[in-house]
Amino acid sequence: MADRMEDVEVENRKAPVIEPGYTFGTVTDKISAIVLTRPTSTGWFIGFGAGFVLTMMMLFAIGYLVVKGTGIWGINIPVGWGFAIVNFVWWIGIGHAGTLISAILLLLRQSWRNSINRFAEAMTLFAVASAGIFPLIHTGRPWLAYWMFPYPNTMNYWPQFRSPLLWDVFAVSTYFTISLLFWFIGLVPDLATLRDRSQNRAAQIIYGMLALGWRGSARHWHRYESAYLLLAGLATPLVLSVHTVVSFDFAISIVPGWHTTIFPPYFVAGAIYSGFAMVLMLAIPIRKLYALEDFITDRHLQNSAKVMLATGWIVAYGYGIEAFMGWYGGNRYDVFTLWNRLHGPYAFLYYLLLACNIFIPQLLWIRKLRTSTVGLFLVALVILVGMWLERFVIIVMSLHRDFLTSSWGMYYPTRWDWMTYIGTIGMFLTAMFLFVRILPMISIFEMRTLLPEAEVKAE
Amino acid sequence: MKTTPIYGMMAEFDSPSDLVAAAHKSHEAGYKKIDAYSPFPIEDLAEAIHCTNHVPLVTLIGACIGGLSGYLLQYWVAVITYPINVGGRPYHSWPSFIVVTFELTILFGGIAAVFGMLALNGLPMPYHPVFNVPRFAMATKDRFFLIIFSSDPNYSPAGVRQFLESLGPRSIAEVPS
Repeated sequence: MADRMEDVEVENRKAPVIEPGYTFGTVTDKISAIVLTRPTSTGWFIGFGAGFVLTMMMLFAIGYLVVKGTGIWGINIPVGWGFAIVNFVWWIGIGHAGTLISAILLLLRQSWRNSINRFAEAMTLFAVASAGIFPLIHTGRPWLAYWMFPYPNTMNYWPQFRSPLLWDVFAVSTYFTISLLFWFIGLVPDLATLRDRSQNRAAQIIYGMLALGWRGSARHWHRYESAYLLLAGLATPLVLSVHTVVSFDFAISIVPGWHTTIFPPYFVAGAIYSGFAMVLMLAIPIRKLYALEDFITDRHLQNSAKVMLATGWIVAYGYGIEAFMGWYGGNRYDVFTLWNRLHGPYAFLYYLLLACNIFIPQLLWIRKLRTSTVGLFLVALVILVGMWLERFVIIVMSLHRDFLTSSWGMYYPTRWDWMTYIGTIGMFLTAMFLFVRILPMISIFEMRTLLPEAEVKAE
Repeated sequence: MKTTPIYGMMAEFDSPSDLVAAAHKSHEAGYKKIDAYSPFPIEDLAEAIHCTNHVPLVTLIGACIGGLSGYLLQYWVAVITYPINVGGRPYHSWPSFIVVTFELTILFGGIAAVFGMLALNGLPMPYHPVFNVPRFAMATKDRFFLIIFSSDPNYSPAGVRQFLESLGPRSIAEVPS
């Protein structure tokens, strides 16, 4: 045990949260220079351009959808939920890691989070925005989406508060609002830094307005810190509730394969699993491109890999319990759902899912792989594919063969499904590229608190 | 000669420890109307200048309003104004109202925390006298400032300057209002 502790200490010493030798000034300069003085690289324009083209493709697909209706998609009866809901759940899940890093790790005093929380929060916002598009357009008449909100109206109608789908409206819109507030409030002191550092008049005015006149007064910091902590305390149960509510969309129905009590914890774990994979997929290229290896160190990558291993096992446990309960419960429809997963027409996707989410990620036990950026990047990609497949398996494979053989069917996505899905990835990337260009992607003031000189020495 | 009113006297320090020590000494010297500025939150500093903090109370009130209004809204819709009989089940089906009540508690609590904090801090405030000191731009980078307001009963330009000099600051500036 003592040896093990020493090993952990050695590992921590090897990979610090922030490389030594930095001061308040150099940390500030290094992070703000990315936004203020560094010339925009060609790589940025290529990445932004690619994302932008895909966003335009998404808008085209949505425009055509508005003209023609959801008939252009592959959805049908019995599979009424298709890609729209698969992608919605996938994106929402990805967002969860950002809140976990920013709120839960803050409450647990994991100070290593300070260098990755800002862009993880941005990732949350953009992922939730991408997710929000899907149920909106899935309604078929997105211009009437405001009917979902309770407001006095001339139709004399009110929403049905007993429906999990309505709970989803409240959970997701609350999640987006709180994530936005958390992100913006975290940005305010850094925006003040940019205001004071920038040489460009327009930038000074814009950052100055956004900084709300922040001047770093001790009284302000005191209230700020308590608001930030309270927000973290509120966001923690919120993030757990969001994917729980999403899983209620399924679990409260009677469809075989959906009607299980394991869904909420297993959805939340899956969300964090895929979210950390996305964090790694963003952090690895960003720290390389912007030479931020001193701030986003190997320790961050290792910790993320370990979180993925842990949540991956919870997800594996979820799959195991699903299969076990299907068999042990003895309900013939549940038994059939299990059989259909193993031998049905979509069985190859189920096996692919097991490979992507359970077997391949076990490579993360190897320390060499955890310290290799290319290896981590590839495993993260595999996990993201796997988590997408999980939602496809849950949604399509349960719906396409339910109780009556006469109502069985097959689901094949159309080109419009793919265009919308890939388009949201483009929108997400566009937003991320804009974010790293115009806002400090690492929280400068929280990085300052990590420096040894930030400690107040008693006289 | 027309003199501009003075907002206070400001001293600049190099490290958080110096600033905290200076804040303590100012308080001991009888200066009560002081403030300090730092590029990151310093817990000891908040103690040294004796801050009040009502953000938790505001948040609690916001969360209570959110939870209550969420539940009452659902009760009113489901029982009073728009009752729907589903297989004879009770209108007041409280377990299914928990989720929205919970979400609105969080939503209102979070909004109250953020906007309450901003309001208590008097933000947004684009103009403030301390910005008149050119070196104050460093307060968002790596310098630490202490100000003694001219509204302090013990304030006298010469006396305060002498006192601040005794703290060994990097620079001292008078802040025009």
